[in-house]
Amino acid sequence: MKIGVLAIQGAVREHVTALQKCGVDVACVKKAEQFAALDGLVIPGGESTTIGKLLVRFSLVEPILQLIAQGKAVYGTCAGLILLATRVEGREQFLLAGMDISVARNAFGRQRESFEQELSIPVLGKEPFPAVFIRAPLIKSYGSKVQVLARCNDEIVAARQDNLLVSAFHPELTDDVRMHSYFVGMAKGN
Amino acid sequence: MAEQGTFCVKAGLAEMQKGGVIMDVTTPEQAKIAEEAGAVAVMALERVPADIRAAGGVARMADPEIILKIMEAVTIPVMAKARIGHFVEAKILEALGVDYIDESEVLTPADDEFHINKREFTVPFVCGARNLGEALRRIGEGAAMLRTKGEPGTGNVVEAVRHMRMMMSEIRKLLNTPDEELMTFAKQAGAPYELVCQVKRLGRLPVVNFAAGGIATPADAALMMQLGCDGIFVGSGIFKAKEPKARAKAIVDATLHHDDPSLLAEISKGLGEAMPGIEISSIRREERMQERGC
Repeated sequence: MKIGVLAIQGAVREHVTALQKCGVDVACVKKAEQFAALDGLVIPGGESTTIGKLLVRFSLVEPILQLIAQGKAVYGTCAGLILLATRVEGREQFLLAGMDISVARNAFGRQRESFEQELSIPVLGKEPFPAVFIRAPLIKSYGSKVQVLARCNDEIVAARQDNLLVSAFHPELTDDVRMHSYFVGMAKGN
Repeated sequence: MAEQGTFCVKAGLAEMQKGGVIMDVTTPEQAKIAEEAGAVAVMALERVPADIRAAGGVARMADPEIILKIMEAVTIPVMAKARIGHFVEAKILEALGVDYIDESEVLTPADDEFHINKREFTVPFVCGARNLGEALRRIGEGAAMLRTKGEPGTGNVVEAVRHMRMMMSEIRKLLNTPDEELMTFAKQAGAPYELVCQVKRLGRLPVVNFAAGGIATPADAALMMQLGCDGIFVGSGIFKAKEPKARAKAIVDATLHHDDPSLLAEISKGLGEAMPGIEISSIRREERMQERGC
């Protein structure tokens, strides 16, 4: 089982550490030929405009869309959630458009409004999950194939659609690896 | 309960900037060029460091109107500079809603002895550091991100290289220091003991460390990445060059592919003239910005 972490920019190291704790091989990927060997991919948090532009500039869009089409598990956190979405409210930017969701960027405000909060995420068990939101997006609407996994103050902050997983928060910034472990389970076909 | 302004939330934004380029801009148009090139954030300024250096006199926080216009122009985070020790400028920047404050030696220090108590702010701070002791003092004061000081506005990367090499060499030395010697290590470095222990435990600094001060070319950016920094600040290097758009994009690309010489060759082609550089020895020691606020 080999999971890639898209290493264009952002919290790459933290995702690598969390995935290693889940007992899988991890590879940082930033060139087109590195994607085919992967059983799953994490698109980390960072700046979605930056990552999107560089995906296009260095021809990484096709390899990622291929992984998605092959049914490989792909997990997007924060900027990764935005990139996996089909629509972003109020602006034009490059999107991979894998998941049938509409998102609002910087939905809580600017950095001073960023926060941590414990969330109930039923698929991860009873123990609350420490969620870190940094200039985070929100899922404002979703299609019929999307399963909502977590809410924060009634707003949707984590969801799954078949082989795609997204969260508006950053589990990689905490020591709790249950989101990563759930994702590795998806990559293994659960 | 939602908690704002925790260290995790502050340092977390800097973690999200890793591998990226943060560009100095003075107008909304420049901010858009930076965003279009792929910058992960912009630093809103009234003047870039090269112009501050040329103008002389006292350099202060930018006019809030300029900062607000830049904040409206882009969706990426916007940083702004406060003078060292000027906690009121910092409070003003926090009230404006900037995403990060740079307590910066590029501006004229307001306090020649003390830095801002950054722990009492919700907004995170980045500070310059030339060595491990300086870095850990700033983190002790609450900084959530570091950068080399370099020598701003010179287009000369030598000082940023010196500061990065010094930092990495001191960290390597610390990792080989036995626990019973850590207190003396802390004393000699002028660094908080607990943070010295934390660096040894982590094997690295507890916050990200970007390169800043003198970066002018894609190769400069790639050099700093290879020396071990987490990302790049470009001050005067972009908008003092002949072709800012092409250079901004090239520096972003070079930061990503810093370890691929053939791609770097491609990226570095035909960018037009870089900013004019200044030899460090031609700047009198008391006029070097890096000497401010240690």
